[in-house]
Amino acid sequence: MGKTKDKSGPLARRPDNSAFKQQRLPAWSPMLTANTVLPFFYLLAVVCMLLGVWLLLLVQSTQEIKLDYTDLGNCNECFDLRRNVSNAAQACSCRVEFSIDKSLKGDVFFYYGLKNFHQNLRRYMDSRDDGQTLGRIKILKNPSTYCAPFDKDKYGVPIAPCGAVANSMFNDSFSLTYHLSSGRSVPVPLLRTGLTWYTDKNVKFRNPRTDNLTLAEVFEGTRPPLYWQTPVYSLDPRDPNNNGFINEDLIVWMREAAFPNFKKLYGILNRADPNFEKGLPKGNYSIDISYNFPVQHFQGRKGVVLTTLTWFGGQNHFLPIAYLVTSSLILLAAVVLTVAWWKFGKDGKNMKE
Amino acid sequence: MTVLTEIPEKWFPVVLPIKKKKKAGFGGGKSKKKRTEEERRVKANDREHNEKFQYASNCIVTSKYNILTFLPVNLFEQFQEVANTYFLFLLILQLIPQISSLSWFTTIVPLALVLSITAVKDATDDYFRHKSDNQVNNRQSQVLIRGSLQNEKWMNVKVGDVIKLENNQFVAADLLLLSSTEPHGLCYIETAELDGETNMKVRQSVSVTAELGDPNNLASFDGEVVCEPPNNKLDRFCGTLYWREKKYPLTNQNMLLRGCVLRNTEACFGLVIFAGPDTKLMQNSGRTKFKRTSIDRLMNTLVLWIFGFLVCMGVILAVGNAVWEREVGSLFQSYLPWDPPVDNFLFSAFLSFWSYIIILNTVVPISLYVSVEVIRLGHSYFINWDRQMFCSRCNTAAESRTTTLNEELGQVEYIFSDKTGTLTQNIMTFNKCSINGQTYGEVTDPVGKQPKRLDFTPFNPLANPDFCFYDEKLLESVKVGDLHTHEFFRLLSLCHTVMSEEKSEGELVYKAQSPDEGALVTAARNFGFVFRSRTPGTITTTEMGRTVTYSLLAILDFNNIRKRMSVIVRNPEGRICLYCKGADTVLLERLHPCNQELMSITSDHLNEYGADGLRTLALAYRELSEDEWEAWSESHRCADKATDCREDRLAAAYDKIEQDMKLLGATAIEDKLQEGVPETIALLSLANIKVWVLTGDKQETAVNIGYSCKMLTDDMTEVFIIGGHTVQSVRQELRSARERMMELSRGKTEGMEAWAEACFMGNGMKDGQEGDCTTGRGSKQLHCSSLPPSASGDMDSISGEFALIISGHSLAHALEADMEAEFVSTACACKAVICCRVTPLQKAQVVELIKKHKKAVTLAIGDGANDVSMIKSAHIGVGISGQEGIQAVLASDYSFAQFRFLQRLLLVHGRWSYLRMCRFLCYFFYKNFAFTMVHFWFGFFCGFSAQDVPDHRSLEYPKLYEPGQLNLLFNKKEFFICITQGIYTSVVLFFVPYAVLSNATQSNGVPLADYQTFAVTTATALVIVVSVQIALDTGFWTVFNHMFVWGSVGCYFTIMFALHSQTLFRIFPNQFRFIGSAQNTLLQPVVWLTIALATAICVVPVLAFRFLKLDLKPQLSDTVRHTQLVRQKRRKPAGRSIGGAWRGTGSVSEGRLGARGGSRRSGYAFSHQEGFGELITSGKNMRLSSLALANFASKHSSSWIETLRRKKTNHTPPSTSGECSPAPSNVSGTGPALSNSSSVLGGSQETPIEEETDAAVVLSSSSHPAASEPAEPRAPAQVAPADSSTSAAARTDSPGGWTRSLETVQEALFGRRGCASASSTQDSPCVATETPPPY
Repeated sequence: MGKTKDKSGPLARRPDNSAFKQQRLPAWSPMLTANTVLPFFYLLAVVCMLLGVWLLLLVQSTQEIKLDYTDLGNCNECFDLRRNVSNAAQACSCRVEFSIDKSLKGDVFFYYGLKNFHQNLRRYMDSRDDGQTLGRIKILKNPSTYCAPFDKDKYGVPIAPCGAVANSMFNDSFSLTYHLSSGRSVPVPLLRTGLTWYTDKNVKFRNPRTDNLTLAEVFEGTRPPLYWQTPVYSLDPRDPNNNGFINEDLIVWMREAAFPNFKKLYGILNRADPNFEKGLPKGNYSIDISYNFPVQHFQGRKGVVLTTLTWFGGQNHFLPIAYLVTSSLILLAAVVLTVAWWKFGKDGKNMKE
Repeated sequence: MTVLTEIPEKWFPVVLPIKKKKKAGFGGGKSKKKRTEEERRVKANDREHNEKFQYASNCIVTSKYNILTFLPVNLFEQFQEVANTYFLFLLILQLIPQISSLSWFTTIVPLALVLSITAVKDATDDYFRHKSDNQVNNRQSQVLIRGSLQNEKWMNVKVGDVIKLENNQFVAADLLLLSSTEPHGLCYIETAELDGETNMKVRQSVSVTAELGDPNNLASFDGEVVCEPPNNKLDRFCGTLYWREKKYPLTNQNMLLRGCVLRNTEACFGLVIFAGPDTKLMQNSGRTKFKRTSIDRLMNTLVLWIFGFLVCMGVILAVGNAVWEREVGSLFQSYLPWDPPVDNFLFSAFLSFWSYIIILNTVVPISLYVSVEVIRLGHSYFINWDRQMFCSRCNTAAESRTTTLNEELGQVEYIFSDKTGTLTQNIMTFNKCSINGQTYGEVTDPVGKQPKRLDFTPFNPLANPDFCFYDEKLLESVKVGDLHTHEFFRLLSLCHTVMSEEKSEGELVYKAQSPDEGALVTAARNFGFVFRSRTPGTITTTEMGRTVTYSLLAILDFNNIRKRMSVIVRNPEGRICLYCKGADTVLLERLHPCNQELMSITSDHLNEYGADGLRTLALAYRELSEDEWEAWSESHRCADKATDCREDRLAAAYDKIEQDMKLLGATAIEDKLQEGVPETIALLSLANIKVWVLTGDKQETAVNIGYSCKMLTDDMTEVFIIGGHTVQSVRQELRSARERMMELSRGKTEGMEAWAEACFMGNGMKDGQEGDCTTGRGSKQLHCSSLPPSASGDMDSISGEFALIISGHSLAHALEADMEAEFVSTACACKAVICCRVTPLQKAQVVELIKKHKKAVTLAIGDGANDVSMIKSAHIGVGISGQEGIQAVLASDYSFAQFRFLQRLLLVHGRWSYLRMCRFLCYFFYKNFAFTMVHFWFGFFCGFSAQDVPDHRSLEYPKLYEPGQLNLLFNKKEFFICITQGIYTSVVLFFVPYAVLSNATQSNGVPLADYQTFAVTTATALVIVVSVQIALDTGFWTVFNHMFVWGSVGCYFTIMFALHSQTLFRIFPNQFRFIGSAQNTLLQPVVWLTIALATAICVVPVLAFRFLKLDLKPQLSDTVRHTQLVRQKRRKPAGRSIGGAWRGTGSVSEGRLGARGGSRRSGYAFSHQEGFGELITSGKNMRLSSLALANFASKHSSSWIETLRRKKTNHTPPSTSGECSPAPSNVSGTGPALSNSSSVLGGSQETPIEEETDAAVVLSSSSHPAASEPAEPRAPAQVAPADSSTSAAARTDSPGGWTRSLETVQEALFGRRGCASASSTQDSPCVATETPPPY
């Protein structure tokens, strides 16, 4: 390999004397000695312990209210109604009441949750066309075969948005009401935007270019998914900018959950309202539910969650506890190692050649 | 001379019918094996005629492909690899839309990459093979075409062509020697390439063709040769030449084989009999086999297991899928209906099974194979780049010719080494001498100060400038005129069989039969006693500038029993003197007892030389009075003319005169070892690598080298020599050797009594049962003699150092199926094994044997074509490069210039490669089982990261090598540990994020439980955990490690952000739907907390275990590293000056090589053969021009032949002699005399596998000629008539009686040796093996 140029003589083919080629690169050769390993273990244990305690305190400061409304109260009727698919067109609404004992301070987030809904099935996740929801005109009318059998209806009209994901979009709607002790009821205002990743709202989902056309005209020649009652361009009757593919409920739904039990953001408490400036005060509340989404087929449950957050997210007890457990295990290991080292391996007894 | 030509007519008619009949007899048997060619007919100078038979041309092809066949053949070969087929299968699966879970290009890209990389590599390899083929095929040779010599390429040489060879040229094909420039159609060849023997051999043409001489006559030569079909027996050839209505038998003695080199002969002509692939050389080189390393095989097994595992997982998941689809999926159908072909859950499960197979295929990633190849390539480059394996003398760097075997270098257990050219340089130097009790000469000490080399030129214009000697005292002594010194060198200049040639005045060229003798005569030449020329009756020397002509009265030739040779000369003053040189053992007892003191001093010197591994000779002389000479000469003549027991009588006559001699001194010749051989062997044996020497050379030479390279030492418990000629005797010898070993090692542990007791008990019981005391003894014998073999399972536990020396003919028996196991168990219990006189094929057989029985990794190292088969059959073949022949290098996997580089190759590169590969594989499987997105870099950087101990330290601690042999670092256990660790990691990496994220939200309330966030978190955690793991695995952090570890983490993030970028998404919205995931996920503190937690959970247990292991049960490499660190720390304040210190301790045995006395290995011309004496006195091998007394010579010569004829006609028994022609012309004298007699007499002791099997064949039915086909009944029958002329000639030496004499000699030897070896065991009587130990 010594193709050195212009060299001749007896050493012409001698390999180069570079540190790399001779495998003599200067090297740092760490060894797992007691001096390094044991302190490291103790340090790690302490760090984990501190983190765990701190996180635990943080988590304790958050609050969460969970409510399974599947067949709660008068939702029971709707639950029965939805059992039969033929009644899908019939509207059904119900009301669920609950009370908050301790006011939820700060931002309050309103989630809906589903149990046993498998958004993580491979075929389910594949059954979408990101090109279509990106607003590509061509694809709009000619969705990918991945969407099959939800790409076209039986007449061959393309579906927008296509695919099983969009088709199965969660379509219950909620309105939250605060019942003052005076008997007066105040609707709790919820922000229905700002629920998604910035990239989803602004990059991943775009409406087809309108060019002076209305959204409805753009979507002409397509039909909404089979299970939808409203077309995609009129999902949010109140906010025209929240329609089409950039409808936030759609975007939230399209971000598939990793596990069969999940919650998705429905709205955020609008604290501009003077009543709810500091969050949700304690008292009685009710939720009016437009009960559309059937869960009987897949033996699912649905519910709502109200929660406050800290800087690192919602209520999550696992993380601090895991840290604490880990910390104690590391500590235990450190002690065992110390004993072992002290008894058997001290002073490199076993290191004698 | 003229008389001779008539004789063939007389004899051949008798010979040939028999021959024909016999040939037909076994021809049938042969035809079963080789249908294609039963016999070969070649007509000289007649291409048209020969073309009919379509014999192979002289073009050799070792390459595999050509441009057209490359693609299909190569692809076919590649798809024979399980892995490639597997990935092809995956690819096909992925093309089915219903089950393709990954896009098809995820498999095809890597597969194409792998295939093309391998293809490119194969193509380059083959290109070089083409190149070397071309080089060989395009060598020029001179072919006689239509009466004129034309230059032709080797490949264009056809069977039947007559070609001319010049001195020092390689023989182009297997030739029948037709004529040569030397008298009598003699020519000398060196067969080192073929069988490793370096002494000159003589070949002679059939007399009728010898006379053809010049090209014009040869052009009209139209003889036809009928001979055996191509075979691989180097030492046998039989055929017949039909010319001018007469038939002449042809033997190996007439053949020049491809691979030989013509020496000392100006030119010769030969008829091509076998060409190209049919030549014996090519027939002897085994097939090229694709070599795999054991790791490769293990890897393939593991991949199969993993595949099984995959199928299991697939099945489990499919069952799960079936259940799920039935229980849940069917309910979920409104949201996600089954695909059209799916109509029930079972079919869905079936499809999902295949989908899972595809998804989970990352467990057996194709990148494994790519990475392994890349790592190996890297290691190969490191080997190529190693300066410490560069030989500046021949400007050759080490080269790894295959890139697939590196890690196996770290697992070698057995090394099979050739001797000549590998261990030794094949240079003999006159190193020391002892003259009259004064020792001269110093060992050249490479370390210390170089002593001044003597300059002879001013003193002696005839001196050979290449001669080196370092002791001025000797020259002084010569100059002063010390009588003893003069006599010493006079002896050396007179007592030899060297021929000289003086091209121009003072330009002497010696043709020595053995390099030893050449060295001695050259030494005498330089010290002023120049041997100038000889005639059959005179020797002319220049003594201190004065020309002296001695008349040569007699040469008392060398043979292996006498172990000495003498000359009787009359100096110009008329004084008659006998000069004798020989092995000290035989010589010292023939001395006049007058000077005991000198004898003991010289004896001490001899011991000293012996301990230095030098070959010694003692020199003595005796002055004879005219009367004594007359008397002896008469008795000698008598003996010479004796009809029976000629050899014995001659020996007795010689013995009579070689008495009462005066000791002159001793010489010590160094068979120069390659540099650093003893050290290397010592080091290798410390590393628990066993070195076997397999050589075609004689036993003595081999043993001698064994001693000088410290394979054999005097403190060895015992050295066993297996030299039996029959199956029984070999078995017996092996068995007794083993029993002896058991005995000795038991003796140490006092287990001896127990064994004897058990033996006794057993007998007692047996006796009791049978109730018959008379059978007691018999049964006892039976019982006990059968006990040791049954205990042969304990052979491993044998302590003590033993060595085994086995000769080729015994090996032939030992390699038979029923004795294999016995041989292996005996040989492997020995520390050193030397096989001498082995054929190339046997070398390969031995290697195969060890491969088969010991399941160990073997390495064969050699330099010549005779080593090719061995190199090919061993796991790793190493060729010594930088020398003339390149066949060995071409067949090898690694090549370098010197044997000593082997230690670096194995202990440093091999170890590192193995270590790195193991770490890599462990890590790789770990990583894969941790369910990963595979990144090529991990594989790559990890290849450079597992260096654990600096190179000089690995040489210092050869024991570090052992884990490789025991395959400790990567085996199934390690694999499972890796997998377990991997699974543990994957569990942690899945469930920790799962538990955390399922509930967590971003700080803006968006849930984190979505699929993409989860994927990014897990992947990032995985990369970090895996990087931490590699950091833990890394022993040496070099720039590259930092670069790759940090780089790979960096790469991961870079690539992730790139893949999640807007740009890519905009282009391929459906493929890159992870847009924004990276930034959205990685900005969340909770994600990082999760990753940190997962990392801690994954790494802490590993760290704890490692620490415990290191602390409680450190491995040698750890301790070596530890002390290295400690030393480094200590060294720091002291500066780098101590740096050299370890180097000193590093090489194991520097300085004097165990200067202990005890063993003297007299090396009288070990590579010497008997017969030259007679050749000289007959004047046969002398050029007419150089014969001063032509008259005398012719007279002498013819009279000599006359004697032969007379003896022949009178005394040979009719049955055999009748068929034999003394073939005066083709004669006898030279051929057989040169080698036969020595071998004949060597008999049991001297291991005669010679190139002329005739001797062995005629010998006796008990001895088989060659090893290659031991049980072939036809061999003797065929050869005997074919070789009739030579065998007849052999008989001329001792017609009639020789057989008997041989038998007696043999018997005596056997008996005596048996007793000797037995009695040395002290407590057992002569027939040790048959009697129980006397307790």
